[in-house]
Amino acid sequence: MQQTDSPDLPRIMVPILARHGSDSAQLLQILRDVQDVCHFVPADAIDQIAAHLGVSRVTVEGVAGFYSFLSTQPVGQYHLLFSNNITDQMLGKDELLQYLCNKLWLERSRVSEDGLVSVDNTSCTGMCDQGPAALINGWPLTNLDQNRLDLIAELIRSQKPLADWPPMLFEVVDNIRRTDALLGEACVPGAAIKQALARGAKETLSEMDKSNLRGRGGAGFKTASKWSFCHAAIAEEEGSVICDIGGNPERFIVCNADEGEPGTFKDRVLLNSYADMVFEGMTVGAYVVGASKGFLYLRGEYRYLLKNLEAVLKRRREAGLLGDNILGQTGFSFDIEVHLGAGAYICGEESALIESLEGKPGRPRNRPPFPVTHGYKGRPTVVDNVETFACSARIAEKGGAWFAAMGTAQSTGTKLLSISGDIARPGIYEYPFGVTVRQILDDAGADEPFAVQISGPSGTMISWKEFDRKIAFEDLPTAGAFMVFNRKRDLFLTAHNFAHFFAHESCGFCTPCRVGTQLQKKIMDKISGGHGTICDMEELKRLGHILKTMSHCGLGSSAANPMLDAMEKFPDVFERKLKALAFEPAFDLDGALETARKITGRDDEWAHL
Amino acid sequence: MGAPMSKTITIDGKSIPFKDGQTIMDAAMAADVYIPHLCHNPEFKPHGSCKLCTVKVNGRNVASCTMPAVEGQQVLSDTLELNDERLSLTQMLFVEGNHICPSCEKSGNCQLQAVAYYLGMMSPHYNHFYPQREVDASHPDMLLDRNRCIYCELCVRASRDVDGKSVFGLSGRGIGSTLVVNSTSGLLGDTNLAATDKAAQVCPTGALLKKRQGFTVPIGQRIFDHRTIKDVQLGEEHE
Repeated sequence: MQQTDSPDLPRIMVPILARHGSDSAQLLQILRDVQDVCHFVPADAIDQIAAHLGVSRVTVEGVAGFYSFLSTQPVGQYHLLFSNNITDQMLGKDELLQYLCNKLWLERSRVSEDGLVSVDNTSCTGMCDQGPAALINGWPLTNLDQNRLDLIAELIRSQKPLADWPPMLFEVVDNIRRTDALLGEACVPGAAIKQALARGAKETLSEMDKSNLRGRGGAGFKTASKWSFCHAAIAEEEGSVICDIGGNPERFIVCNADEGEPGTFKDRVLLNSYADMVFEGMTVGAYVVGASKGFLYLRGEYRYLLKNLEAVLKRRREAGLLGDNILGQTGFSFDIEVHLGAGAYICGEESALIESLEGKPGRPRNRPPFPVTHGYKGRPTVVDNVETFACSARIAEKGGAWFAAMGTAQSTGTKLLSISGDIARPGIYEYPFGVTVRQILDDAGADEPFAVQISGPSGTMISWKEFDRKIAFEDLPTAGAFMVFNRKRDLFLTAHNFAHFFAHESCGFCTPCRVGTQLQKKIMDKISGGHGTICDMEELKRLGHILKTMSHCGLGSSAANPMLDAMEKFPDVFERKLKALAFEPAFDLDGALETARKITGRDDEWAHL
Repeated sequence: MGAPMSKTITIDGKSIPFKDGQTIMDAAMAADVYIPHLCHNPEFKPHGSCKLCTVKVNGRNVASCTMPAVEGQQVLSDTLELNDERLSLTQMLFVEGNHICPSCEKSGNCQLQAVAYYLGMMSPHYNHFYPQREVDASHPDMLLDRNRCIYCELCVRASRDVDGKSVFGLSGRGIGSTLVVNSTSGLLGDTNLAATDKAAQVCPTGALLKKRQGFTVPIGQRIFDHRTIKDVQLGEEHE
């Protein structure tokens, strides 16, 4: 049963519904606002939203239930979520979480009796260079330690509004450590658009083609090809042409700022300090493909950036860089809207992101058709990474040949890396493609590095034997995460953390991922608890095969990578944990008595097997 | 029949004709080739979630129920490897829910059970999850037992697209996904579902059952007690 009573619900709902209008694509944004005010989404609110948008109740409930930052049961008035990436764990997150819970007389993931506070884990919040990090009611807290938690506990107990908390708790710094072609020079607003307009759309696309820019989100699809497919797309639905070049082309440019891959935080920095460059790139893209509307899909964890992004957009509108007849070019109209996510890693997958933009649960679509022909609201849509758009702006300004001269033949330009873990100087490093892992480790001040997780849990883990490999699509492709582990780290913990991450983030649409990621997690728990055997390793390999070959999207097909990599490259990491037996049941007889021990309040020797 | 069927794909070495707009599954079913499936029902828009119908096309795995047939595709379906993977997926569906065939009214008429028979499933292989799921008996004519739901969304699709009622929907995420119904109370009895609705007829398992009909046909005389799911579904295709 759901909680239905919330005082003054109409008073809360009327302005929210009025603000967002009646397009069902606003559903997620509406639910976010309701959650903000009520600390949950009451059942009555679901009814009101459904009536307002003219959709069924189950549609609204489906969205409310899908996203981590929405809940149909109340959370605390102060809802504190610790970032649960392995880098946070390495900085003592587990102990800090327990410390805060003890301090507040709380159990994790249980709301306090008075409804004041709740504490839980959340997936990586993108603050790995200044962790341990957390979110309080959606706002980031960084550099947590016991002193800060003492202060936070006090602020919560005295029920001080977040607005009155000391700003230093919320301070997020860029930590840019190495700059190159992208970050080295400030972006002059309008410079790239001017060049593009002077060249014309066709020539600008040809510069993009010459640059050989490939998508920076990890997949590495050639950006010029994506743009030209979208430009040429004639989307058909039930045989009738709904959009063509000659008619009224409705196309969309979407910037994927759902930077959810644990260990990545470069988009946070681009959006904080280089937002003009990103919007500039989107505008150039709109000019090339003929789009009049763009979206920036901002992950919920980065809501603190929203205010500044809106200000940049406003300034650009005032400068004639957005809106009608941009820079005086008759007929070139384009504007950008920011949409907030609500805690779902899967929305980084482009078709899931589009679903989420449409106000639906972020479940990846069946493909074909692809977004370039059938994207947002069925129309041709380009979805590119934040960094890809930033590169596009630079290319439009300086030309394709300039860009192609950097990096390697197959991986042109530079790459932003988000470096964290066991290093002296965590932060953002920009390198031309082709740089070796060893070089990066030296620059970042790694002490006895042993392994590096490239491109996050969905990427690859490499061992110290592979440090001469290069960051490049042809060797080590990456979306930017670079987490370093030294000799003293137990890499089983890393794989274990990632197994939990994928199980938590699976959207649940397809059988192999929904169940397979759970099975992986359970086996890793079993091994971690000292009950693992060689059979469990075999089972992990079999599951890995099924996840890789049968899953609906990239989340499922990469969800086994951490286990497979660790078993292949660091077999002793697992074997150390195994029992020598060939078989050991997952059922833990002593563990099963835990409930009885809790009820009786006993924990003595005789209460254990 | 509409357009002439001059185009062909190859499934397991056999040439199969198809019309533009057909999926690999459509073409296969029409040509009497069975590809195991659960979330697919030819009456509804393909869903592609159970992944049992995965086939290998030119070396890549795809769901045959959603993949358009394209001239010249080389499709592998009835292979040891794919059937082994389908068996694993079926076992996953069994362990994530609470499927207790001997005490289930749907036994013998259940497609999940029938696919398991067809694929030679002898054990669940994985450890059972034993999830806590709600049973809803509030409706006068229908029983909703979420223990047996496999998230195929056939009832969701039928209610929305055929009945025009949207009685059902999916909420939650991942393993926490759950079938929800269109009422503030969350109870099926408070929705406008009728036992005659299409949505009430399409559940492939025993998650949505008509009340008071459980044993009108005794066990032993039920659909899959005598015929394989392959024969039944190919037969339906040609009715």
